[in-house]
Formats: sequence, C-alpha cells, structure tokens
Amino acid sequence: MGKVFAFHGGVHPPENKKQSSRTPIARAPLPPLLYLPLQQHIGLAANPVVEVGERVLKGQLIAEPVGRISASLHAPTSGVVRAIGPHPVPHASGLESDCITLETDGEDEWIEHRGLADYTRLKPAALIEHIRRCGIAGMGGAGFPTDVKLHLGEDHIVNTLIINAAECEPYITADDMLMRERAAEILSGIRIISHLLRPSHIMIGIEDNKPQAIHALQQVLTGCELNIDIRVVPTKYPSGGERQLIQLLTGLEVPSGHIPADIGIVCQNVGTAAAIHRAVHLGEPLISRIVTVTGDAVAQPQNFDALIGTPFADLLAAARLHQERLSRLLMGGPMMGVAVAHEQIPVIKTTNCILAASEQEMPLPPAEQPCIRCAMCEQVCPATLLPQQLYWFAKGREFDKARHHNLFDCIECGACAYVCPSHIPLVQYYRFAKSEIRTEEAEQRKADHARRRFEARQARLERERAEKEARRKARAEEAALAQQARRSSDGEEPKSGAAPAATAAPDLKQLKTAAAVARTKLKKARDGLKNAQEKKLDGIDALQATVTELEQKSQAAQRALEAAEQAEAASAGEKGVDLKQLKIDAAMARATVTKLERALANTEDEQGRRELEAELVAARNQSDTLQQRLREHSSA
Amino acid sequence: MATVLSAILILFCLAVVFGVILGYASVRFRVEGNPIVDQIDSLLPQTQCGQCGYPGCRPYAEAIANGEAINKCPPGGQSTVAALADLLGVEAVPLDAEHGEEPIKKVAFIHEEECIGCTKCIQACPVDAILGAPKQMHTVIVDECTGCDLCVDPCPVDCIEMIPIETSINTWKWPAPAEPLGLIATDRGRGAAQQEAH
Repeated sequence: MGKVFAFHGGVHPPENKKQSSRTPIARAPLPPLLYLPLQQHIGLAANPVVEVGERVLKGQLIAEPVGRISASLHAPTSGVVRAIGPHPVPHASGLESDCITLETDGEDEWIEHRGLADYTRLKPAALIEHIRRCGIAGMGGAGFPTDVKLHLGEDHIVNTLIINAAECEPYITADDMLMRERAAEILSGIRIISHLLRPSHIMIGIEDNKPQAIHALQQVLTGCELNIDIRVVPTKYPSGGERQLIQLLTGLEVPSGHIPADIGIVCQNVGTAAAIHRAVHLGEPLISRIVTVTGDAVAQPQNFDALIGTPFADLLAAARLHQERLSRLLMGGPMMGVAVAHEQIPVIKTTNCILAASEQEMPLPPAEQPCIRCAMCEQVCPATLLPQQLYWFAKGREFDKARHHNLFDCIECGACAYVCPSHIPLVQYYRFAKSEIRTEEAEQRKADHARRRFEARQARLERERAEKEARRKARAEEAALAQQARRSSDGEEPKSGAAPAATAAPDLKQLKTAAAVARTKLKKARDGLKNAQEKKLDGIDALQATVTELEQKSQAAQRALEAAEQAEAASAGEKGVDLKQLKIDAAMARATVTKLERALANTEDEQGRRELEAELVAARNQSDTLQQRLREHSSA
Repeated sequence: MATVLSAILILFCLAVVFGVILGYASVRFRVEGNPIVDQIDSLLPQTQCGQCGYPGCRPYAEAIANGEAINKCPPGGQSTVAALADLLGVEAVPLDAEHGEEPIKKVAFIHEEECIGCTKCIQACPVDAILGAPKQMHTVIVDECTGCDLCVDPCPVDCIEMIPIETSINTWKWPAPAEPLGLIATDRGRGAAQQEAH
C-alpha cells in the first residue's frame, strides 16, 4: 500500500453505517408503477421515443440522449407506458418534471440483448458508443454521463485512474455492499475503463471503515494483471469528494476552474465501474442500482437492488417503515442530502440512499444565531475557502465578492455548517448565492443575445429604408428624364400637325399604326355617310365634312408612313440593307399588284373600279421602286 | 528683462509643442461614440420594451449618459438601478412607479386558432421573435422573446397573451435562507431597523 496524503479540514460525524450493512443486498419487490424522469443526469433531458400505451420490454430504449452531454433511458422491466408527463422528481426544489410512467406487468421480459464478445478488439469509439447507448451516468452523485468522461483519453493524457470507493457520507453503505458482494464485477469494469483510458496507474481509494469490502477487493485483485493499488484512507468526511480523494491519493490539488483530467487524473465511482461491466459483458443497460434504505424510522434498514424509477414509498415499505416515527425523509446522506416531501418520488441513477429519520435522530436545526467569527468553519473546509467571508457576502448579496472568494470551488459538503456553533445554515447561503449568480449570468447572456438581435433588426430596417430611398430616387430621375425628352421633342416640331409621323425620330411601327387607325376611321366615316345617304338622314353635310377631313388625315398619315419607310429604306440602303428583306418586300409588292389587277378585272362597280385603279397605280409604283432598288443592291 | 523674455519664450514654445501633441492625439486617438453609453447599455435588460419612454434600451442608455434618471427601467428592476448607480457614481434611487412595477418574467403567446395573419405583431417585435407570413398564422419563438409586450397592442384580434414563465427544475433558484429570529424581542427590532437603514 502506497503513501496516503491528507486534505485540509474535514469532520468526523457519527458514521451510522452498521445499521444497513448487516444483511446482504436484497432484491426490491417489483412496484406496480415506475416513474422514470427524463433528466436523471447532468446535461440535457432525454427525448422519449415511446408512445403512451406502448408495451415495452425490459432493457428497451425509451428515451434517447439529446446532444453530447445527455444519457439514454431504458425500461427497467417489461410493461406498458401509461403516461409521459410531469411527476415529482428527486430535486431540492420539490418541483415536477417530465417522467415516463411505466405500469409493470410482472413478467420481467427482457428485450434481446447480448454483451460484446471481445471489447478489446473494438475501436475505443465504438466501445464508448456502446456504453453511451446503455445510458450509463456517474452513480456517485452528480450523474455526469460516463461516456463523456471516457472520451477524455483522446485529448488529455490520463496517467492515473482513481476508483472512488471512499463512500464517506454517514449512513450510506450502497458502495460498501456492492464491493462486498460484487467485487469481481467492479474489477471487470475497471478493466474496461483502463482499456479505454490506458492509465499507467490505477488506485482504488477506500476508507478504513470498510474492512470487509477491502478484503473482498484484495481477493479479486490477487493475480490481476493491472497495476492496481488499494489505498486505504482514514475515515474522514468528505474524503469521497472527487478533489479531496485525488488530494488524498496523489497529493495533487486540482486547480480551481479545471477538471481532474487537466492534471492527468480521471475519477470513477465503483458503482459506475460495475454498471460498465454489466453493459459491456452482459449488454444490460443501466436499469437498476443499489440503494441504502436506512434511518431510525425503518425497522429493517438494508440495501436494495432497486429498479430505476421505483417510488421511495415502495422501498420504504419493503424496509418496514414506521410512519409515525418518520420526521424527515432525506434523499442522500445527512450531510449533503436534500429533504423530500413526496413519497412517490422515484429512485434515479444517482440515488444512493433514502434516509427516513426519526425526530430524535435528526431534530430540527436550532435557530440561527449571529456569527461570532470563531473561524471553525474555515478549519474544516476541505476546499480551503473562507466560509465565514462567503457567508457575509451571500447574506449581503455581494455576489461579485463572493465569486472572487472562489464561491464556485465550494463543494457544498456541509462540514462548515456541521461545526458552526451558531447553527448558521451556511451551505444554504452558498447555494443561494451560487444560483443567484448563475441566474444573473443567464440573464446577462439572454440580454446580450436580445441586444444582438435588436441591433441586427435595426440594421436591417435601416438597409431596407436606404434601398427604398434609392429606388424612389431612381424612379424620380427616370421620370424627369422622360419628361425632359418629351418637352424637347415638342419644342422642336410643335406645328407638325395631326400626323405623329412627323416626330424627330419617326418610329415606323407607330406610323403604321397611325396610318391604319386613320384608314379605319375613314372607312367608318364613309360607312356612316353611305348609311346616312341611303336613309336620307340629317347632318349629311357634317358627315361629308368629317369624311373629307379624315381623308386628308389618312392621306397625311399614309404619306408620312411612306416617307418614313423610304427614309428607313434609304438609311438601311446606306448601311447596306438586308438583301433578303428587300427581296421579300419586292415579292410582296408584286403579289399586291397581281391581286389588285385580279380584283379590278372582277369589279363591275364604276366607283370601285376607279378606287382600285388608283390603288393599283400606287402599288405598281411601289413595286417598281422596290424592284429597282433590289436591282441596284444586287448589282452592287 | 532678458530672463523674463526668455521665460516667456520658453513657455510659449512649450505651449505650442504641447498644443500640437494634444491636437494630434485628439485626431489620432479619437473615440467613436460615447463609451459610457456602451457600458450603460450593457447593464440594461435589453427587452427593448420602451417603458422608459425611449424607443429601446440603447436610446435610454444615451439619455442616461446625458443626465436622464436611472430608475425608469421596470424590467431591469432595482438590481439594474443599483448597477447603474454603481457605474455612474450616483445615488441609487427606488424604481420610478410611474414607469411600472418590476414585473414577473413573461413571454408572449399567440393563440394560433385566433390569429388572422396580419403581420402587425411581427413589425412591432423589436427582436424579430415572431415568425409568420401574411394570411398565415404567426407564432412566438419563446427562447427569443424578451417579454416586452409591444406585440400585444397592435394585434387587431387580441390573440396575443403574455404568459408568465414557469419555473422548471432547470431554472429553479435556491431561496435565500430565512432571516434568523433574534433571541429577545429588542434584538429583533434593532435588526429590522438596521436592515431598513441598509
């Protein structure tokens, strides 16, 4: 056995461990209902993957992890999911949280499961994933997902693995009994952890008040190939605290704000090691744990192998609770445990003890008296803090100062409150200060986030406004330009008469339309005139005048169009007109001429003949011109 | 005479030199904006609710920098007033009742079956926490909502409700330990008087 160091402070409360360690671990009776909180670990709550009314088998996944730091949840026995919703959970607040309620069917029917044949041949990542799928979270108290801790081997050099078997808190014997009865499982679990982390040295830290457990461990360790030391440490509370145990075994202090892995140490609880063994070798997820049920109010204090989700009431009944003797029900030990009010609160992965205390065993704390600055709290503080100063700062709500006095290094072990002669509930003050600081930080984060969003929105609105402004400006400029253009064109040829054909840059299409419109109008007017003449109506003179006027307009439009066409043709000719287009035009002109000739031949009417003849002459002229131009171009 | 002249000359030269240095520094090391405004802004709760009478937290921060009272922010509560007083070195005054009581934290909730999709609340939200499109129902992104209740008034069908945030086991806070009772009655009286003096 190697050297054992010491840590500052600590207390020696009455152990009270004998009551519950007299009998072997008993199997807890199967309760009719199991309540499985979705959050039993540090990190995000698991997400249920079963429906209400669904039948599940023992070991079936019922909630899957969300994100990196989270743990999956499995059905502890076969049964039917009755509800998914709020139920009281083991938490200091006494609040309700989402739980899966499972009605057991008593058949305890396993889902198909198998252990890994040879985990040493698996890649570490695959093995860790298997452990993650089995929902293993630290069973010592905090419930940190174990797979995350086992991943540390990749970015940290781990040279020392410490197995925490100290179990320093009074009354609790769950780990003690586990070591006595299942030492081989623990060793097998240690082998798996060691395979993943590859430490050069493994130490099991155990308090000297557990001789039988030490003996059992020594027996299984004989002939073990691993470099494992059992280090027996003197019984002193809180030697089972992670940082305290590290200091006891290695003499090293984990720096404030760092994790043990930063100095090459990983700590695992014996219960976690056994759970890893079951997961890897048997394929069993974490669905049960050992719970100490003790205190003066139960007739048979003992350890139970209880399914996760078993209500406290069932375990207390199994340990023969005397209801009239019960004064306080605690979850955890007397030093760090929290009082719970509701007996339907279930056992979770981190529940190591249910303490049903009688009145004289745990009397109500006497009234708080003023601090007399005796500094006894400072002498027992295992984290070498100044509890008295922290108390004043917490009381005066000077949280910044409390933080500067390393409030967050406080492990809330309760040693200071235990020795305080003024019975000041010091830990309560620290917890209050810590949660105030955390809330403040969360609010600050939220405020910063809101500010960013607000500023982003302001920027967006500003940008949109600028864009709108730019668009409006562009439109205004365009309109002004158009106006100017119109005005200048009006100014150049203000007296060009009815025909729009006279504009500076004659648009052929426009002219064509204008000519067509004039023709149509003329035709309508002629029809009207004809009608009036036939029926001898009034106003024939006016109509006659209109027709004459329209005729003039139509002719003007036609002239303009022709002029424009010629100009176009000329300009096109200058530019080297499209020969093809010219040919088409000539062909069309010829076709018009022949059509008119045919029409002329068929027409009997004198007036119609005359009109057609005129048109024919015009068409012939056009055709000739085109023909001539075509000839010119093709020769050129 | 010569001494006096030389002294004047030297002082004049020094004044010119330092004037040039100061002039250069004022151009070279110019600080954009008022840094105290940023500091004040970082203490405000950023609900952008406008209960102070300014359109957002930053305008109020600018107003405080120009001498506005520090007790017009109900969402920040007394702790914000204390922090501002600490920063500005002024007396911490109680929250101005005219601008509302310190409220419990709330978030907006849209009754979706009543929403007509008018997008008025979307335009009112200072942090873009409402999601929706014209003639489609809208919804509030709870995590982004600051609880400013600016969206409640514009809603033509009154389908937006401010719901207090419920405490879950993740947001629960340890309560402050109960004040100890004094051993004798006079102790209690004196303690209470001292507390009030604080």
